[in-house]
Amino acid sequence: MMMQKIEAAGVRALVYTGTLFTVAILLGVVGYILIKGIPNLSLNLFAWEYSTENVSLMPALINTILMTLLSLIFAAPLGIFAAIYLAEYAKRGNKLVKLIRITSETLSGIPSIIYGLFGLLFFVTALGLGMSLLAGALTLSIMILPLIMRTTEEALIAVPIEYREGSFGLGAGRLRTVFKVVMPSAIPGILAGIILATGRIVGETAALIYTAGTVAKVPDNLLDSTRTLSVHMYSLASEGLYTDQAYATAAVLLVIVVGINALSVYIVKRIAGRSYG
Amino acid sequence: MTDGKKVKSHKSPILSSSEKGVAFATPTPPYGMNIKKLKEGAATAVFALAACVSILAVALICIFLFANGIPGMSKIGILNFITGTAWKPGNNIFGIMPMILGSIYVTAGALIIGVPAGILTAMFLSRFASASKVKILQPAVALLAGIPSVVYGFFGLIVIVPAIREVFGGSGTSMLAASILLGIMILPTIITISESALNAAPQSYYEGALALGATHERALFKIILPAAKSGVTVSIILGVGRAIGEAMAVMMVAGNQARLPEGIFKGVRTMTSNIVMEMGYAADLHREALIATAVVLFVFILIINMLFSVLNRRIKS
Repeated sequence: MMMQKIEAAGVRALVYTGTLFTVAILLGVVGYILIKGIPNLSLNLFAWEYSTENVSLMPALINTILMTLLSLIFAAPLGIFAAIYLAEYAKRGNKLVKLIRITSETLSGIPSIIYGLFGLLFFVTALGLGMSLLAGALTLSIMILPLIMRTTEEALIAVPIEYREGSFGLGAGRLRTVFKVVMPSAIPGILAGIILATGRIVGETAALIYTAGTVAKVPDNLLDSTRTLSVHMYSLASEGLYTDQAYATAAVLLVIVVGINALSVYIVKRIAGRSYG
Repeated sequence: MTDGKKVKSHKSPILSSSEKGVAFATPTPPYGMNIKKLKEGAATAVFALAACVSILAVALICIFLFANGIPGMSKIGILNFITGTAWKPGNNIFGIMPMILGSIYVTAGALIIGVPAGILTAMFLSRFASASKVKILQPAVALLAGIPSVVYGFFGLIVIVPAIREVFGGSGTSMLAASILLGIMILPTIITISESALNAAPQSYYEGALALGATHERALFKIILPAAKSGVTVSIILGVGRAIGEAMAVMMVAGNQARLPEGIFKGVRTMTSNIVMEMGYAADLHREALIATAVVLFVFILIINMLFSVLNRRIKS
C-alpha cells in the first residue's frame, strides 16, 4: 500500500514536471520576445519606405497582406470546391477520391523548403514568372490548399444530414442545396480554416525566399519581387546588424500570427458551443 | 510537357473543363436536357476538377523535383552522392552523408526532448487537469503551434545559443541548440494528437484497472497509455516529419558546417539548411546537387507520410 502511494506520487510528479516544462517554454518564448521587442518599437519602424536607417517593417507588412490576399484568391475557391466535391458529391470508395485524399495528405506533409524549391523550379523558372509576388503566392496557395480542403470538408460534414434531406424534399437540386443550405451553416468552420491558412502564410519563410525574393519594397505589379514580414524578420536576424529592430519585428510578427490563430480558435469554439437546432 | 496548359487549369479550373478530368464526374448528360440538369453537371465537373488540383500539384512537384534532381545525381553517381562524406562545391565534390546524418541526429535529439514532455503534458491535459486548466492550456498549446519558425529561430539565436555558449563553451551554434529548438517546435504536434488519442482510449479499461486495485496513475500508464499507443505513435511520426523538414529555425542555430557531425556541441548542417544556404548562388552541377538533396529529403518525407497513413488507417479500422 505504501509502495503504491509512493509510486503514484512519483508518477504524478513526473506528469506535473512535464507539463510545467511545456508551460515554462511557452511563457519563455512568448514572454521573452514580447519583453525584448515591445520596448524597441518605434515610429521609425512603421515608416512607409524602407531604408537602412529606419529598417522599417511597413513595406514588408503591406507585402504580407498582398501575399495573403493573392494566395487566398487562388487557394480558397479551389480548396472549398474540392471539399464540396469530397463531402457532397463523391461516392464512397471511389478510386479518384482515394487518390485525391492520398495526394492532399501528401501535400500537407511536404516541408515548406520543398515547396520553395518547387516554386523556384516551376513558377519562377519554367513559367518565367521570376522571383515575384505572383510566384510566391502561387507556391503558397499549393501549400495551404490541403489545409483549406480539410477544414472545409470537416465543416461541411458537421452540417446535419437532415438539412440536405429537407432541401431535397422541397425540390431543390444538389447545387442549390450545397450553396443555399449546407454552405451557410458551414461558413464559420470554413472561415476558421481560411484564417488558419492566413496564419500559415504570414509565418512562412522557407517557401518564399526563392520564389518571392527579398526586396524590401512594396511591389508595383504582380511580377515584382517582395519580402513578407517573416522573410524580413529572417533577413534582420541573419544580418545581425539591427538587433533592436529585429526584436521589435519579432514581437510584431508574433502578435500578428498569434492574433490570427486566436481568432481561428475563437471561431471554432463558437461553433462548438452552438448546437445545430 | 505542356506547362502553360497545366497552369491554366491550376488557376481557374472553370475555364478548362475540356480537360480530361471531367469525364469521370459528369453523370453523362443526355443532350437536350433541361438547364437545371446541365447546371448540375457543370457544377459537378467544376468541383471534381478543383479536387483534382491536389493530384496535379503532387504530380508536378514530383516531376519537377525528380527531373531536375536525378540527372545531377547520376552525374555525381548516386552512391557517391548519398554516401559521400565531403561536400565541397568549389571542387565539384558533392556527398550529402553529413547532411543526412545531420538531419537524423537533430531530429533524434528533438524527439528526446519533445516526446517525453509532450506525452506527459498530453497525459496531464487528458487525465489530470481540471476543466478550467484545460480551457487555458489547450489554446496555449495551439498558440505554441502557430509561432512562425523564424521567430523560433530568432529565439534560439538570442536565448538558446548564448546559453549553450555560456555553459559548455564553444560557439553555441550546435546540434544541441538545434535539437532543443526543434524539440520545442514539435511539442504542440505531439501534445494535441497524443491528447486526443488518450481521450479516445476506452474508459472501461481504466475502470477495470481501478476495480482490480490499481491506482489512478498506474491505471493510466499501464493501461490507458498502451491502449492509446497507435495515436501516440502517430503524433511522434508527425513530429519527426515536422522536425526533419524544418529549415529556417534549424539553419539559424545549427552552425551549418558541412562535415560529418562530430558531437552535440559542434555545428551540423541538415539537408534543409543545405538547400536554403546555397540555392541562392549555386549554378550548374552545384545547383543540381542541391535539388538532388531535396529529392533525398522528399523521399524521407514520403516514407514518413506512408508510415503515418498506414498507422492512421489502422486506428480508424
